[in-house]
This record gives sequence, C-alpha cells and structure tokens, in this order.
Amino acid sequence: MDAFLFWILALVAVTASVLVIGQRNPMYSVLLLIASFGALSGLYIQLGSPFVAVIQIIIYAGAIMVLFLFTVMLLNAQPEESPTGRLARMMTGAGPRRFGAVLSVVLALQLFWALRVLSSQNMPPGDTPATTVREIGVRLFREHSFAFEATSVLILVAMVGAILLARKESQ
Amino acid sequence: MLPEPTLNSYLMLSAVLFAIGTAGVFLRRNVITILLSVEVMLNAVNLTFVAVDRFRGLIDGQIIVFFVMTVAAAEAAVGLALVIALFRHKEVLTPDAFTSLKW
Repeated sequence: MDAFLFWILALVAVTASVLVIGQRNPMYSVLLLIASFGALSGLYIQLGSPFVAVIQIIIYAGAIMVLFLFTVMLLNAQPEESPTGRLARMMTGAGPRRFGAVLSVVLALQLFWALRVLSSQNMPPGDTPATTVREIGVRLFREHSFAFEATSVLILVAMVGAILLARKESQ
Repeated sequence: MLPEPTLNSYLMLSAVLFAIGTAGVFLRRNVITILLSVEVMLNAVNLTFVAVDRFRGLIDGQIIVFFVMTVAAAEAAVGLALVIALFRHKEVLTPDAFTSLKW
C-alpha cells in the first residue's frame, strides 16, 4: 500500500511539474503547481514528517501560490507569444532554447549517474518513527533559535522591500 | 507488485523534479513562470532533505526545510514585487525586455 501510494504521488508530482513548465498560460501553471505541492505533501506524510507536510500546504500552497495567483491576475498576464524582433529571436529562438533543454537533460543524467553509484552502497533502513512537531519545536528553539530570529528580520526586510519596489512612483 | 520505495527512489524523484525546474527556467519566456520553476527546484531540494532525514533518523533536515520555505516566501514576495515594477515600465513579462539597468 505504501509503495503504491509513493508511486502514485510521485507520478502526480512529476506530471504536474512537467505541465507547469509546458503551459503558456501562467494561470494554469500556478494551479498545476499547487497540485504538485499537494502530491509532495503526501510524500512528506509518507516520510513521517507531518510538520513539513502541513507547512507545505499552509505556506506553499496557501500563501506563496496565492501571492503568485494575485500577481498573475493583477498583471492580467497573457499567454506568452513567440518572440518578435531579430535580436529576441536570436536569443530565445529554437537553437538556444534547445540548448537549454539539452543542458537540463544532461543535469538529470548526471544526477541519475551519481545516484546509481550511491545505490550500490547499502541504504540505511527507513524504519525510524515519525518525528513529532514537539521534537522539531524543541530543536528549533533550542539549537536554531538564532537562525529563527534572523529569519524574522529577513521576512521584515523582504516585506518592506516588496512594498518599496511595487509602490507607484510618487510625483 | 510495485517495488518498495527506498531512499534512492526519493532521491531519484527529487532529481527529476529538479531537472524539470531547470528546464522550465531555460524554456519559458515569462518571468512569472520562471519564478514558478524556481519554486519547483526548491521543492525538489526540500524532498531530498526530508527523505534523508527519514532514512537517517534525523530532525535537522526538516528544520532546514522550514527555513527554506521561509526564504522562498521572502524570495517570492520580492521577486513578484520586481515583476510588478518591471511590468509597469514595459507592459510585458518577457525577460528579454528587461536588459537595461536604467531607463
């Protein structure tokens, strides 16, 4: 049952991600990415980390993707069209884009090759109990409290920066 | 019957997702979709952290994932604010339109 669930969720995640980058309309991309995040959240539950699964849904699907959705709707983003102009076609035409696609396939092959080497060594068994939110909280606030506090400053700076950047130029 | 997922299957899935994200950055000509591809890549790395955590019996990976998500939220906010500011000036979302630092 666990194996079945893993392969289903993996299939959903990969298919949704492929469709995200295969879409011309950014609205569909955002919605498909939410589906991919849902599948990943299921995988996190399978991996025994309900905390990460829940914040995946709340923060990623709930907050970040809604931010993207608002931007897409605010800008009334049209489906992307083919590049116009000679320079644009030279930079983003079929040749360079195909080169980029080849590069990402090479990256995938490299990762597979590296993992194949890894798989010949024996893997540790995955029978550790699921981590509770309590354990994570204790570790977070005892050993990583400085990073936690620094993150709050980061969020504040990002918030102020975003408002400054997106503000209308005043006269 | 389907094979039981090992650490390697999770790492393979993560590699596939990361490569899909990279391909998206290369292939798409829309700033918003490029940012979405970056999110796909971040999620692939998050999956690696959680999988290794599980198979090694650790917790720290999940804490790193927590921080990655926080930074991703900050990145998305600033990135989308930049996209909005750029769109105001040029009315397009193609990254080729934004080649000058000043206009």
